[in-house]
Amino acid sequence: MIRSALIALASALTLATAAPLEAAEATPMADNPVVEARLIAISEELRCLVCQNESLAASRAELADDLRREVRKLIHDGKTDAEIRDYLVARYGDFVLYRPPVKPTTWLLWFGPFVILAGAVVGLIAYLRRRASRLAPATLSDEQKAAAQALLGTPPAPPKDNA
Amino acid sequence: MKRFLIPLGLFLVLVVFLAIGLNRDPHEVPSPLVGKPAPDFKLTVLASPDKQFTPADMRGQVWLLNVWASWCVSCRAEHPLLVAFAKQGGLPIVGLNYKEVRGDGGIDAKKLSADDELALTRQRAGAWLSQHGNPYTLSVLDMDGRVGIDYGVYGVPETYLIDKKGVIRFKQIGPITPESLEKKILPLARQLATES
Repeated sequence: MIRSALIALASALTLATAAPLEAAEATPMADNPVVEARLIAISEELRCLVCQNESLAASRAELADDLRREVRKLIHDGKTDAEIRDYLVARYGDFVLYRPPVKPTTWLLWFGPFVILAGAVVGLIAYLRRRASRLAPATLSDEQKAAAQALLGTPPAPPKDNA
Repeated sequence: MKRFLIPLGLFLVLVVFLAIGLNRDPHEVPSPLVGKPAPDFKLTVLASPDKQFTPADMRGQVWLLNVWASWCVSCRAEHPLLVAFAKQGGLPIVGLNYKEVRGDGGIDAKKLSADDELALTRQRAGAWLSQHGNPYTLSVLDMDGRVGIDYGVYGVPETYLIDKKGVIRFKQIGPITPESLEKKILPLARQLATES
């Protein structure tokens, strides 16, 4: 009785562990690991147009599926990464690229922050210089020193150890 | 007083930039295809199974290519406008029926054979047009969305205005509104009609 129950349990466990393996086999994705690795590398740099904050690699949108299939086909056709990117840019524009190309219309985007930084540094230096020349070195006359010491009470004495 | 003017000026510039940025629809991505020849394709016509259509058939005419599908909710919203526009005989409209079966999340298209998918596409698209009206000169079937990719389709509906030489001159992303029809599409189409 116990033996048959154990056998049943063991076979159930075997089935349970076997099932996920079969499920993994059903997806025809990773037929060529090299192609898949390139697909992922390319599509991580591309934006999904449907859910715009996701990469083409991460998106579950249907268009992303179609485009991944398209990229996979282009890889099989022997296209280079740059050619594949150009293929998608020709259809969807620079917007598909997470790294926008450097060209006159994107100069403000690429160099604007550095221009602002340089402007801020120049402004800061000018301000500090002006302030330094405006503030005269702080010196006290003997009378002012005596008045200050009187206000502070005791004349300055060498510090003693608090034993 | 003067020392406040610079920060105030910078702040106003920032406000202007933010106002422009916030009022733009991030889903309207300008198409690189405007000004370029309409990508070529050869697709089966919905109404006549043995006929094929290619954009070259429309040479010499100004026409609209409207991407639609029966599962597309916004298409239903723009459809009455297209039907009314077609009745006036403004411009020939060619429908690109986009992923009629595969685009519908409710159907597992992978289980269908190619013939079954074609039959189901015809049946669904035809039924939708007879129910809501057919503004199209003809509709073609882009079952796997390949032509859609060539046209940079990323959300249905989309509409392309194509000139006599077969160059895309304008792209409407999302449903056509009476405003976009009156203010953008029609004036440009009239101008294009005068071009040789």
